[in-house]
Amino acid sequence: MAELNANIPEGELTDKWTKLRSSMPLVNPANKRSIEIIVVGSGLAGASAAATLAEMGYKVKCFCFQDSPRRAHSIAAQGGINAAKNYQNDGDSTYRLFYDTIKGGDYRAREANVHRLAEVSANIIDQCVAQGVPLAREYGGLLDNRSFGGTQVQRTFYAAGQTGQQLLLGAYSALERQVGMGKVEMFTRHEMLEVVVVDGKARGIIARNLLTGELERHSGHAVLLCSGGYGNVFYLSTNAMGSNVTAAWKAHKKGAFFGNPCYTQIHPTCIPVSGDHQSKLTLMSESLRNDGRIWVPKKKDDPRKASEIPEDERDYYLERRYPAFGNLVPRDVASRAAKERCDAGYGVGKSKLAVYLDFKANTERYGRIEANVQNIHNPDKETCMRLGREVIKEKYGNLFDMYAQITGEDPYELPMRIYPAVHYTMGGLWVDYNLMTTVPGLYALGEANFSDHGANRLGASALMQGLADGYFVIPYTIGAYLSKELATKPIPQDHPAFVEAEASARGIIDKFFAIKGTKTVDYFHKKLGKIMWEKCGMARNAKGLTEAIAEIQQLRKDFWSDVRVPGEANEFNPELEKAGRVADFIELGELMCIDALNRNESCGGHFREEYQTEEGEAMRDDENYAYVAAWEFKEGVKFELHKEELKFENIKVAQRSYK
Amino acid sequence: MSTGNMNLTLKIWRQKNTKAKGGLVDYKLSDISPDMSFLEMFDVLNEELISKGDEPVVFDHDCREGICGACSMFINGRPHGPKEGVTTCQLHMRSFKDGDTIVVEPWRAKAFPVVKDLTVDRSAFDRVIAAGGFISVNTGNAQDANNLPIPKVQADSAFEAAACIGCGACVATCKNASAMLFVSAKVSQLAQLPQGQPERYRRVQTMVAQMDAEGFGNCTNTGACEAECPKGISLENIARMNRDYLSAKFVSEEDI
Repeated sequence: MAELNANIPEGELTDKWTKLRSSMPLVNPANKRSIEIIVVGSGLAGASAAATLAEMGYKVKCFCFQDSPRRAHSIAAQGGINAAKNYQNDGDSTYRLFYDTIKGGDYRAREANVHRLAEVSANIIDQCVAQGVPLAREYGGLLDNRSFGGTQVQRTFYAAGQTGQQLLLGAYSALERQVGMGKVEMFTRHEMLEVVVVDGKARGIIARNLLTGELERHSGHAVLLCSGGYGNVFYLSTNAMGSNVTAAWKAHKKGAFFGNPCYTQIHPTCIPVSGDHQSKLTLMSESLRNDGRIWVPKKKDDPRKASEIPEDERDYYLERRYPAFGNLVPRDVASRAAKERCDAGYGVGKSKLAVYLDFKANTERYGRIEANVQNIHNPDKETCMRLGREVIKEKYGNLFDMYAQITGEDPYELPMRIYPAVHYTMGGLWVDYNLMTTVPGLYALGEANFSDHGANRLGASALMQGLADGYFVIPYTIGAYLSKELATKPIPQDHPAFVEAEASARGIIDKFFAIKGTKTVDYFHKKLGKIMWEKCGMARNAKGLTEAIAEIQQLRKDFWSDVRVPGEANEFNPELEKAGRVADFIELGELMCIDALNRNESCGGHFREEYQTEEGEAMRDDENYAYVAAWEFKEGVKFELHKEELKFENIKVAQRSYK
Repeated sequence: MSTGNMNLTLKIWRQKNTKAKGGLVDYKLSDISPDMSFLEMFDVLNEELISKGDEPVVFDHDCREGICGACSMFINGRPHGPKEGVTTCQLHMRSFKDGDTIVVEPWRAKAFPVVKDLTVDRSAFDRVIAAGGFISVNTGNAQDANNLPIPKVQADSAFEAAACIGCGACVATCKNASAMLFVSAKVSQLAQLPQGQPERYRRVQTMVAQMDAEGFGNCTNTGACEAECPKGISLENIARMNRDYLSAKFVSEEDI
């Protein structure tokens, strides 16, 4: 087993980043102009990194599979972005954000990285506001905050229910500014199919032009993967249809270790599945839990409508089980609690796989406050509800519209029906403190890496991490590597490593067309998703995982002998793109099950049924599993485990409690 | 797979590539569920086509929750179909009736050439943003966010303009294929914020110049763009942009 060095700087936790930043080797402006950096992905991490590196003077090439960088899936993030600004004067601090994130991650994240994240969080808000991102404000003109899960302070900045959109458009405009100046070359509708490694260092990529089918060689001094998470391994998730693991997986197959693949976040509040035709699931932001109350009937199989069930016959189970945090417990806890109620027979709706998210109490409360603001004294209930609805509409209007559109029900009148769904993946490419993978010169940022969220991510922290990595971390840490690369001449694109990588990408494409099978790509994707959801989803056990591994191996064989890919290689062919992505998902799915089977404990989003407390809470095994599982890919789809021990020097490791 | 009971006739624009001649092709679909989204209905069609050995219909889509702006179908003569305030992906089959014939075409505009079937090239929008749709502030230059109070009304108005998803429905529905709603939304967002003031007059001129260079048509104030915008972007933005554009000619010290 290779020793994994996370390159964490020496010194006090609070000084590590400051010290490193001021002692980091630099690249002078003239040299930056001759250094090329490849950025794969244009979401929050990719766009912010590409823009910032170009501002600094590097030559940047940025790739995305969408028709515009503005459509990367960060755009769909709803609720908000955390920052330790303490604008609310409620006791927030860098340390508290650090502590909440480590605890929320169930003590499976690296202390030094998380502290750095908390340190730069405030700069992100400043930067975004300077770019013209219209975050929500109070009447006094200052920024507003809302509550999110897993914390007791209000530190979440937001723009209605479309915070991700506004932040991404900010980063996108910074990126397009550099494109306009010729400092970033943008490649839309391009998909990375191989990392090119020369003498052990990442030196370029092979990308397919999705419109022409042409395989292109691009060289650079460093490659940044900002390609997002792999939730679509479950087929149904809140990810976009195109979200995929291919860039990260190809890097994994070229030597980048994959960290904690089994850590998956199942988000508690999504619109339930309505039928077999379903292609994706839609999230209802966690911020709604702040203003809503979750409940199920106290009676099993209660046939009554929600409105007909009196208050004392409702079970507000989160408030009952977790009085200190109530509806604001972290996502993993809330999801398991919903599953527990539904499995026990208290679910609602046609499928009985749903619980209520009710806004009535808060609508009335907001209405009463608004009535005071408008000088209406002793308002009646109807006035309160009317005014309250307007406040709710301002805060969450787009989410309520979306719910009405999808379900055909009016959430202002009826409580929402919600159920957990796959949303985010904490696992990802293993990176050191500098965000470098185990392949020198190859970096991973944002959701594509494993680094900051441990076994469970807190709400509103994904946007924070993506932008922290892109705006404030990589611009510094990459200098340390590049300062040693000044003598490296541009890599000739006829180098054998490029020829080989291109041949490998072409070989896979040719193989797809040669199969001429009988089943569509989606057929296999749905089968994989079903195995993953049932056996590697919200609850896992050794028997199910062992079965899943065998089933996925069989599925891989079936896929490679019976898939049908229509059309041709040298044209715009979305089915071919999907085939490549599903092939990688199948291999990843197996690794996720292997990782889940290896981790004989429950922590955060990874819940092994064999390891739980009497009250049904996750039971960690710190003695044996306080490590990052970093997997190395071996020939023939085999995986070898390496461990990075996690040391907690600044936080007392304890059984996580939100009671 | 389908579990519903709707039978439909689809007339879909098929076009092999930008240069090829395209045309409407008829398809019959049965057992469609009213709970399906419009794009899920297309998934069913494509699965059938692939199984029969035919080529599936190519269309842009990604988030399927109405925010990425990728989906772009011109349905029965209207961008994003018959329902107001929704994108194609948020349109559900319950908005149609059993036995309906549905015509589906791509966006049509000189500045949005067809790439294949229902997919068009909207990169002109990116180039308009690259020409000036930003505030020039490098990373690391920002002051504390609360040092710059912005009245709530103004911030809310900027946000409403910023809600544009860049789908291009405004261009597709305009008889002149004008991009004024899209361009004015960005101009107006930044012009209403104090951070946007230093480049206010420069921005409006460079963006309008790029818009014209891309081949978008002129605005004749019919208001079709506002009526069809899935995000309710207001015509007021166009008025605001016109005012700024005119002012720029007098106020701006730069010659652009």
